[in-house]
Amino acid sequence: MANGHESTMPGGHAATTHDAHTGQGHNVHGSHHPRLQHHFYNMDQQLEASTLGMWVFLVTEIMFFGGLFMAYIVYRYWYPDAWVSASNHLDVGLGALNTGVLIFSSLTMALAVRSAQVGSRMGQVVNLILTIMFGATFLVVKYFEYAAKFTTGKGHEDGTLIPGPTFSPSLPKAEQLFFALYFIMTGIHAAHMVVGIGIMLVILAMAWKGRFGPDYYGPVEVSGLYWHFVDIVWIFLFPLLYLLGAHFGGGH
Amino acid sequence: MSERHSYLDAPHGLASWLLTKDHKRIAMLYLISITIFFAIGGLFALGIRLELMTPAGDLVSPDTYNKLFTLHGVIMIFFFLIPSIPATLGNFFIPIMCGTKDLAFPRINLLSWYLYVIGGTMGIAAVAFGGLDTGWTFYTPYSTQSSTTSVTIAAMAAFIAGFSSILTGFNFIVTIHRMRAPGLTWFRLPLFVWSHYATSLVMILGTPVIAITLVLVMAERTLGLPVFDPRVGGDPVLFQHLFWFYSHPAVYIMILPGMGVVSELVAAVSRKQIFGYAFVAFSSLAIAILGFLVWGHHLFVSSQSIYAGLVFSIISMLVAVPSAVKAFNWTATMYKGAITWESPTYWVIGFMGLFLIGGLTGLFLATMGLDIHLTDTYFVVAHFHYIMVGGAIMAFLGGVHFYWPKMTGKLYNEPLGKVSAVLVFVGFNMTFFPQFLLGYLGMPRRYHSYPPEFQVLNLASTGGATILGLGYGLCVVYLLYSLKWGKVAPANPWGAKGLEWERTQSPPTTFNFEEDPIIVTEPAYNYRPAGTVHHG
Repeated sequence: MANGHESTMPGGHAATTHDAHTGQGHNVHGSHHPRLQHHFYNMDQQLEASTLGMWVFLVTEIMFFGGLFMAYIVYRYWYPDAWVSASNHLDVGLGALNTGVLIFSSLTMALAVRSAQVGSRMGQVVNLILTIMFGATFLVVKYFEYAAKFTTGKGHEDGTLIPGPTFSPSLPKAEQLFFALYFIMTGIHAAHMVVGIGIMLVILAMAWKGRFGPDYYGPVEVSGLYWHFVDIVWIFLFPLLYLLGAHFGGGH
Repeated sequence: MSERHSYLDAPHGLASWLLTKDHKRIAMLYLISITIFFAIGGLFALGIRLELMTPAGDLVSPDTYNKLFTLHGVIMIFFFLIPSIPATLGNFFIPIMCGTKDLAFPRINLLSWYLYVIGGTMGIAAVAFGGLDTGWTFYTPYSTQSSTTSVTIAAMAAFIAGFSSILTGFNFIVTIHRMRAPGLTWFRLPLFVWSHYATSLVMILGTPVIAITLVLVMAERTLGLPVFDPRVGGDPVLFQHLFWFYSHPAVYIMILPGMGVVSELVAAVSRKQIFGYAFVAFSSLAIAILGFLVWGHHLFVSSQSIYAGLVFSIISMLVAVPSAVKAFNWTATMYKGAITWESPTYWVIGFMGLFLIGGLTGLFLATMGLDIHLTDTYFVVAHFHYIMVGGAIMAFLGGVHFYWPKMTGKLYNEPLGKVSAVLVFVGFNMTFFPQFLLGYLGMPRRYHSYPPEFQVLNLASTGGATILGLGYGLCVVYLLYSLKWGKVAPANPWGAKGLEWERTQSPPTTFNFEEDPIIVTEPAYNYRPAGTVHHG
């Protein structure tokens, strides 16, 4: 047995671990929660790992959207007039409605996490269903908004708002940049909403089975972090895309 | 030893490997896959060097040549260099060095490998469906408007491989923060872990930006959404900014893990405490941070303002400081050490020489005035190959030689290990040193023909590439040979320090340690003072 246990390290259990974070409980307390994965010492460490993991993932998401916001900043700085007029082609009312819908979905999401922490199964189920319904409402509204861009409309009677050959020729060319970014930014945001709804359906199924409680609510919490993040992205998109024109150019 | 079970033989079967959550098995899956891509990328390099043997463009057509260097770049960077050390050695040893059973998210680790395989398959598909001729840089508007090759497939391949890289970095960060064994403080961690931590930061902060940039390229190419299209006022240089915001730091994704490997190897082959531990640790972070502030040195001739250029030039030179801190500390570690001349010693010393040349020529290119002369010449090609091939691959192979007995439980042929290191070192210098001269004399990169006066240096380069290829080939042969016929490795063949050598068997068991380690002193580098013989 040459695996080095004769090394100089006195790796005995008497060692003090004044700086240790979580490692004590494994053998000492011996309380194995059924949801504890084998490579964690205890449930606290597992929860800390998953929440930190989600935060790190959200940092990557910020950088992902960051590239888009960078492009937005550059072109808005270059073409302020086209940005204002393009913004006025968006439907502020539907955008505001969707903003409200998402803010409420964040509330129900937070309540679902709270319900898991206090062990209320019905609270989780109700709030998750509401969250999913708010998310779906957002997507339906978004569909009608997108559909309107494919036809002619007020201020662009001679063409669509889809960048390319059908784009309204009377509008400034740089508005095509605005709408390219509009579709990509809101499209990627909507894709995140779809993923979020998928995650919430899984969480809902688990909550229905009574999987979560005060000892184990990590999946609800980290999914909630993701949901809030997607909402916050919209909170930035709404003023930058919809309110810009109203602020600078009067709007409709 | 051999009758004991290890992670390799429990449980058996192909499915047990393809569905494994064991970080060590995933590391081996990665090792196999990246070796395949290295070979493919190497074949494209062979095509390039054969074409450049003669001044006339006579072997392949210009279009084919464009595809050769593009695919060489795309495959080597996205499918070999980026995952090379982190996904193999990092995946294998970071949990062990942290004294834990696995990475924080084993299933995500496996997902990362599958994403890599899907991305790699799409990369091969891009080759099959017409290739790619944009250069690995995908510059717009050529990539979005003009190229008739498989830009979308290749961009999607790089996009997916990028997520595999993000997931690796993400897993490392959470593991290093949350999974360390009791008592294993940050400053007791091996420098290998520190350098991978810095690498992971670059992976999670930089890679999403290239991902969204490639999305924009795909959206413009397939959906006609004109983000970089000059015809509606879009700016192709914005693409270059976004591209290099990732792709310069990506160079540090390639070299920082190599620096971590070298820190381990230098201490082990010198049997000496690493010199200046904290400086080496923080220099990794400094390189990662500075690496995000220098992308503009790729745009010195791309209409960037001269003042921006000046700032980028100065910050680029600052990268030399933490790099030099490392180089000096490694040298100081070897000074008066009890150096033994084993295969890893050869590789690590080779690394230092090549990295030194690569780093110093980087200062030439960071100097804005000089760079205007050298932009897009073979000087640039030589410089980054000294870092990526001379530096990163020497370190990778050094690490593979050092850790092979631990990973596979087998000893390879020591003399051949040295021969291979020497072949690679000599072949590499013969290949790329002449390219410094060619570039300085004005030979542009990416051309498939050149004036006759450059032929001697190009012939030397092709000759060197042949030796280099033999060196790599030899490596593969004796390492594979050792799997079947090699001697069984003891737990600690090098007499090295650290949890991976002193607390695990070779190869380790599935859960790495017999019992969860509790750390009371720094596990790595606690070598006795030089000259005293001691077996702990």
